[in-house]
Amino acid sequence: MIDGMEKIVREQSFFAGLGQATIDLVAGCTRNTHFAAGTMLFREGDPADEFFLVRHGRVALEMSAPGRGAITFETVSAGGIVGLSWLIPPYRWSFDARAVDEVRAIGIDARCLRRKCEADHDFGYTMMMRFVPVLVDRLQASRLQVLDVYGTPR
Amino acid sequence: MYMERLAEPVPGAAIDPMQPRFERVSRVQREGADIWTIEIDMADGFDFLPGQFNMLYAPGVGEAAISISGDPAAPGRLVHTIRSVGMVSAALCRLEAGDLVGIRGPYGHGWPVDQAAGKDVVVIAGGLGLAPLRPAIYRLLAERARFGRVVLLCGMRSPEDILFQHELERWRTHLDIELEVTVDHAGADWRGNVGVVTTLVPRAAFKPDRTIALLCGPEIMMRFAAVELANAGVPDSAVYVSLERNMKCAIGLCGHCQFSGVFVCKDGPVFSYDRVRALLALREI
Repeated sequence: MIDGMEKIVREQSFFAGLGQATIDLVAGCTRNTHFAAGTMLFREGDPADEFFLVRHGRVALEMSAPGRGAITFETVSAGGIVGLSWLIPPYRWSFDARAVDEVRAIGIDARCLRRKCEADHDFGYTMMMRFVPVLVDRLQASRLQVLDVYGTPR
Repeated sequence: MYMERLAEPVPGAAIDPMQPRFERVSRVQREGADIWTIEIDMADGFDFLPGQFNMLYAPGVGEAAISISGDPAAPGRLVHTIRSVGMVSAALCRLEAGDLVGIRGPYGHGWPVDQAAGKDVVVIAGGLGLAPLRPAIYRLLAERARFGRVVLLCGMRSPEDILFQHELERWRTHLDIELEVTVDHAGADWRGNVGVVTTLVPRAAFKPDRTIALLCGPEIMMRFAAVELANAGVPDSAVYVSLERNMKCAIGLCGHCQFSGVFVCKDGPVFSYDRVRALLALREI
């Protein structure tokens, strides 16, 4: 099974360029997952124990507000990472993640990956160099969303 | 109808570059909360290039520069899509079928559609920015075989604000173009993309060294879209943006739209990004 996951992980553009030893370390923390349309990958406040690399389908990241229902602030498509709160304490999700349609994803055991990052700082640095750009891109996209650039100028 | 009491211009009469010809509005369509499309049947035709604009005159109120949003292959039907943001545009948006409107134009340099022949074309539209791009999209689709991959990426505020929705749905049925729409935020019933339009660029398929990109939307959106295109390997010289400034005379005389060393009305409104990138970063000129 791990051999199979190693192949799947190696095929993902997110992990492109990583050496075989690094791929093996990552693959050891992964499993194949599937979510039917409408099901939740995780909910706000839950422990951030497993995050996902989407292989197929689309995941909506949502926040709920009283009287407004669920508001989707981002969708993640194939090749994208769902969930970054596993990177920093207290390791709890800060939003809901829902499968918009049928979703196939690689589930990555966050505790397993954190443990390996802690044990091997070179590996940990390599992982951070993969995930920090995702954080920066999200931050930049959020800034543009906050600006509401398509609204009527006032 | 109040306009006819204020002035009695002669329909169709074009006099000199500073005087509008007057035509009657044929059709009006509401596109969104504050956006209207007005159509004018032009009996003797109205040739224009995709990306050009007209000065539209609401009699008794004033003139505003409005991009042409119709099909260049249908010169008998002049189309403008207008957001009501100021006194003039609000008056233009209040026009009804049969009302008179003054027209000067077409003006400016348009999109380099012919230059894109043989290359991939990436069109990135933000909000109302889709309107000035629509004539170029019509041509890309009408002359599809002349181009490589055609990618159309549209960003809108919300699902309710999607401009030209029926047309986007029709274009999406073309199997030889890639079309993605994203909205900045949505309710849980929206099944499409959510996120800023720049996030679509890395997922799009095109050959960066053989691509022409056409961008129109809020300037900040165009700046960040240009950054994403540069990250993908598209040179700034192959990225074209349409700028909006305070156009008054539209023929490079008055200087109202002067943007450092260029006049947006005469030298633009479409510029290659390498020509204006540094200017867009300035806080004041």
